[in-house]
Amino acid sequence: MGAKAENGPKPPPPLSSPPPFKALVKLKTKQQELLIRAAALALIYVLAFAIRLFSVLRYESMIHEFDPYFNYRTTLFLTRNGFYEFWNWFDSESWYPLGRIIGGTLYPGLMVTAALIYRALRFLTFAIHIREVCVLTAPFFASNTTLVAYFFGKEIWDAGAGLVAAALIAICPGYISRSVAGSYDNEGVAIFALLFTFYLFVKAVNTGSLAWSLASAFGYFYMVSAWGGYVFIINLIPLYVLVLLVTGRYSMRLYVAYNCMYVLGMLLAMQIRFVGFQHVQSGEHMAAMGVFFLMQVFYFLYWVKDMLNDTKLFQSFLQITLTCAIGVGTLALGIGMASGYISPWTGRFYSLLDPTYAKDHIPIIASVSEHQPTAWSSFMFDFHILLILFPAGLYFCFKRLSDATIFIVMYGLTSMYFASVMVRLILVAAPAVCLISAIAISATIKNLTTLIRKKSKAALTVSSKATSNLKASAKALLDQSLPFQENGAIALLVGAFYLLSRYAIHCTWVTSEAYSSPSIVLAARGAHGGRVIFDDYREAYYWLRQNTPPDAKVMSWWDYGYQITAMGNRTVIVDNNTWNNTHIATVGRAMSSYEHEAYEIMQSLDVDYVLVVFGGLTGYSSDDINKFLWMVRIGGGVFPVIKEPDYLVNGEYRVDKGAAPKMLNCLMYKLSYYRFGEVTTEYGKPAGYDRARGVEIGNKDIKLEYLEEAFTTSNWIIRIYKVKPPKNRW
Amino acid sequence: MAKLALLLLFALPLLLSLTSLLPLPCNAFSVDRPTDRRLLVLVDDLAIRSSHSRFFSSLQARGYDLDLRHADDPGLALRRYGQYLYDGLILFSPSVQRFGGSLDLAAVLDFVDAGHDLILAADSSTSDLIREIATECGVDFDEASGLDPAAMVIDHTSYAVSETEGDHTLIASDDFIKSDVILGDKKIEAPVLFRGIGHSLNTANSLVLKVLPASPAAYSANPLMKLSSPPSLTGSAISLVSIVQARNNARILITGSLDMFSNRFLKSGVQKAGRSIKHKKSGNEQFVTEISKWVFHERGHLKAVNVRHHKVGETNEPSMYRINDDLEYSVEIYEWSGSSWEPYVADDVQVQFYMMSPYVLKTLATDHKGLYSTSFKVPDVYGVFQFKVEHQKLGYTSLSLSKQIPVRPFRHNEYERFITTAFPYYGASFSTMVAFFIFSIVYLYNK
Repeated sequence: MGAKAENGPKPPPPLSSPPPFKALVKLKTKQQELLIRAAALALIYVLAFAIRLFSVLRYESMIHEFDPYFNYRTTLFLTRNGFYEFWNWFDSESWYPLGRIIGGTLYPGLMVTAALIYRALRFLTFAIHIREVCVLTAPFFASNTTLVAYFFGKEIWDAGAGLVAAALIAICPGYISRSVAGSYDNEGVAIFALLFTFYLFVKAVNTGSLAWSLASAFGYFYMVSAWGGYVFIINLIPLYVLVLLVTGRYSMRLYVAYNCMYVLGMLLAMQIRFVGFQHVQSGEHMAAMGVFFLMQVFYFLYWVKDMLNDTKLFQSFLQITLTCAIGVGTLALGIGMASGYISPWTGRFYSLLDPTYAKDHIPIIASVSEHQPTAWSSFMFDFHILLILFPAGLYFCFKRLSDATIFIVMYGLTSMYFASVMVRLILVAAPAVCLISAIAISATIKNLTTLIRKKSKAALTVSSKATSNLKASAKALLDQSLPFQENGAIALLVGAFYLLSRYAIHCTWVTSEAYSSPSIVLAARGAHGGRVIFDDYREAYYWLRQNTPPDAKVMSWWDYGYQITAMGNRTVIVDNNTWNNTHIATVGRAMSSYEHEAYEIMQSLDVDYVLVVFGGLTGYSSDDINKFLWMVRIGGGVFPVIKEPDYLVNGEYRVDKGAAPKMLNCLMYKLSYYRFGEVTTEYGKPAGYDRARGVEIGNKDIKLEYLEEAFTTSNWIIRIYKVKPPKNRW
Repeated sequence: MAKLALLLLFALPLLLSLTSLLPLPCNAFSVDRPTDRRLLVLVDDLAIRSSHSRFFSSLQARGYDLDLRHADDPGLALRRYGQYLYDGLILFSPSVQRFGGSLDLAAVLDFVDAGHDLILAADSSTSDLIREIATECGVDFDEASGLDPAAMVIDHTSYAVSETEGDHTLIASDDFIKSDVILGDKKIEAPVLFRGIGHSLNTANSLVLKVLPASPAAYSANPLMKLSSPPSLTGSAISLVSIVQARNNARILITGSLDMFSNRFLKSGVQKAGRSIKHKKSGNEQFVTEISKWVFHERGHLKAVNVRHHKVGETNEPSMYRINDDLEYSVEIYEWSGSSWEPYVADDVQVQFYMMSPYVLKTLATDHKGLYSTSFKVPDVYGVFQFKVEHQKLGYTSLSLSKQIPVRPFRHNEYERFITTAFPYYGASFSTMVAFFIFSIVYLYNK
């Protein structure tokens, strides 16, 4: 990790070589510099990959969490059945009985990328399993991101800043959290695509070249194919263009770059089935179109100005054209909105602009932990010193304003705002924060080293000339300019070095401790300090796979849907693709109803097994009882018979003796705590002591009438119940 | 070695198929021959063997093996080594407090839940055990008779005229359930004699049916005592004979009169009060014979085989349909006649194409040889559908077939390639391209 801090400052090679053979030396330094830079980049590249392997070392080469399991399953399908089957795949195993058109409801970029890597490796005769490819896709792309960060930094500031940016982003926890080995999710490749698109666009704006612009359109296409976050690009770039227009930085370069990128990018994006006509019809994309038309108006106005050569006439013409343009634009937007041709903004988009929106209107969005507003601590956790360096970097950017720095400033500020609205958008902010901080670090250290070098250079020149007189006077001069300048600079450099090494240590620690858990295998410290592994999830899914009929339908809360289909190979009622709120609400309703009511719902959905996650025995806190209020809220949002106050006592959620009677008898409570009252979980505590919530449960005598326990994993984390057939004689 | 392994490989499936075949001949009650064969008759008084001999011999004449045992015989067992020893159970032991051997309430209920049939007859001395069995089958014998053991069904309007008895507990009833399947094609002309306790049906049970309800004037009380309070069971709430067909098609007959099956009732003549016709012979013999045929699956047992579905014009069953496909669905339904499977003829067998609710509901056409078929268009909705046949007809075993089949949307290359309505757009894009090309040439080379 120390390597990074050394890369950061990147002191240019010593100039203290002897003055003769000046030409040769100059060439040699350049080569040396190139060599050092390339070596540093190569090291950073390897480092970015290596730091993300903690999860493989700590656990095993496995897919993490929830969504990656779906991605893995689809990738497997893609490699087995080919692209066209994948494209047309109708999955009857999820969302029973509605099914899901996989090809039309996902961003295929990640799967196609992994499949291509897999094909390439197979072609090179590496006999590798597709799972390994999937596990290592995210680290591989993180490595590539460091390269992009280097070039981006070079583009907006200089090569030194680029190198620092590459080093910072290689180990930034905000980025690592979504790109460790095994975290096979869209974001893994999308952040690369995002940064790459931005880089190409900035390059296009800087050069005014059609080729770069075309490249950025393709980068955008890749981004669209990979992640829904492309909406950020298609809104940030128009905003950036608008700012340039307003600040009078309009240029032909900008015109070429934006128009080409927008038109081609739009056409390409529409090829992705999941996006399709949304790109020209939905409210989220309207800003880009508006700016596109504004651009044409601007160009037209410039042309007229050129032709007219009369300021007064032009002023009046400008007024007329502007009013007309704005009028037509508003009218078109109004008609489009009113006729429903332009769809309104989606809930997720609203909740970005108004963080309280989801809480009041869409419980299903608010229920996801990664959609919560970000706490200050997680900013510190994910960015560490970058959080302090970020404003400093902004200062440097403002000091040296250019088209490129304006872009990075806007990217940084907007993404910081979004990061504070939603936890998971810290990821989007991470590259910007790294780049801006890199500018701060690079500029500061460069200033400091120049100070020191100026000093030594002066000494050098003085000594070579061997005039003690001059030397003294020069020293006096320098000393006069700033007292203790040299010592101060050295102290500051040491301080910077210390901070950067703290950053490296922090990043390593966070990665190894916090972000490498696969979350389907849980680890805890045992009583004697040893590591205890809870592998209950896979145990349960394996049981499902081996012991239930192939067409069995499993009902669980939607969090586990992807894992059940991918690992258990069984049909689920709802899964993590939360496209049908009613269906999820039906499951929520079943979970929060009394057993006999729930039985009717389960019968209507042909449910054979019910799976619940329970942490009372192990103290695993993200279990279904803790998620239960969301089930009530989501269920109640569609079926008003479910009322949240029925499950609370004086607004308090509890599971002990004082709990609400409905709470104590609802299906979720019964299934979680069935026969739990017979178990002593902790020494000195009564039987039925729930360790996750720290209370003794309130209903220890649970009898199940319509369900029977089928399987409980060794640590009770997953409990599976079988739905009994209707009574024979009744 | 290799040869031996090969031999084993071949022998293994053979052995497996043999073992799977073996139990079938031993098991009289099979899917192929649903009629029962071995019956266990439990009595609390061995005199019943002679007093009810006509009923028993009619059963034996129809080919049943009767095993008549005393109800507290210590050797009683319904199953041995996991196999049931009998196909049906006749409980003619109303007063038994506890069965002998391994038989108890749970064993009897398990016997029924395993798909076997039960005839339960009670009388005024019915014990709690018999009551509990009846209760578990959805029938409650009159509570009053529990406190007052002599409570019986009394009917002052439809009693059987008799010289000796004047308390009107001998009831002549001819208000049978209207079902040829349960009671046979031949109409039962004479009323059925009944003397015993009444029962009511549990309203929570949807499977129990009255075969012989009491008349509206009937009530349940002790005929020897003066009626001090209104009887708890009155009128047509009282059922004299009830049947249950469980969800696994096990059939249960429950009656409050053991005498119904007795030789005396079977032979005696009957004249219903208020009617002039005096029947030489009561309807009991026909009634108990016909209903026992039903209970022991000689009648009304359906089976569905060869469920087939395929696209119109094809024969292979697809694993998935596409929306708007035309498909054909067929199923063969046969009825057990007691000795062979005959084609089942009905005009109300329906198939549903079901996904949470039926999207298509079609009546199947029959060729009168057992084949039912129809064809329809898959709705314009994708999802996991089911072909469902839910045929529940009075007296017949319920047919409940469901077959899951996913319906997918169009593939990317199944849409129309060129749409006429889109020709203006094609024209627009191509003309723009041409115009741009010409413009470029003009602009570049015409300076």
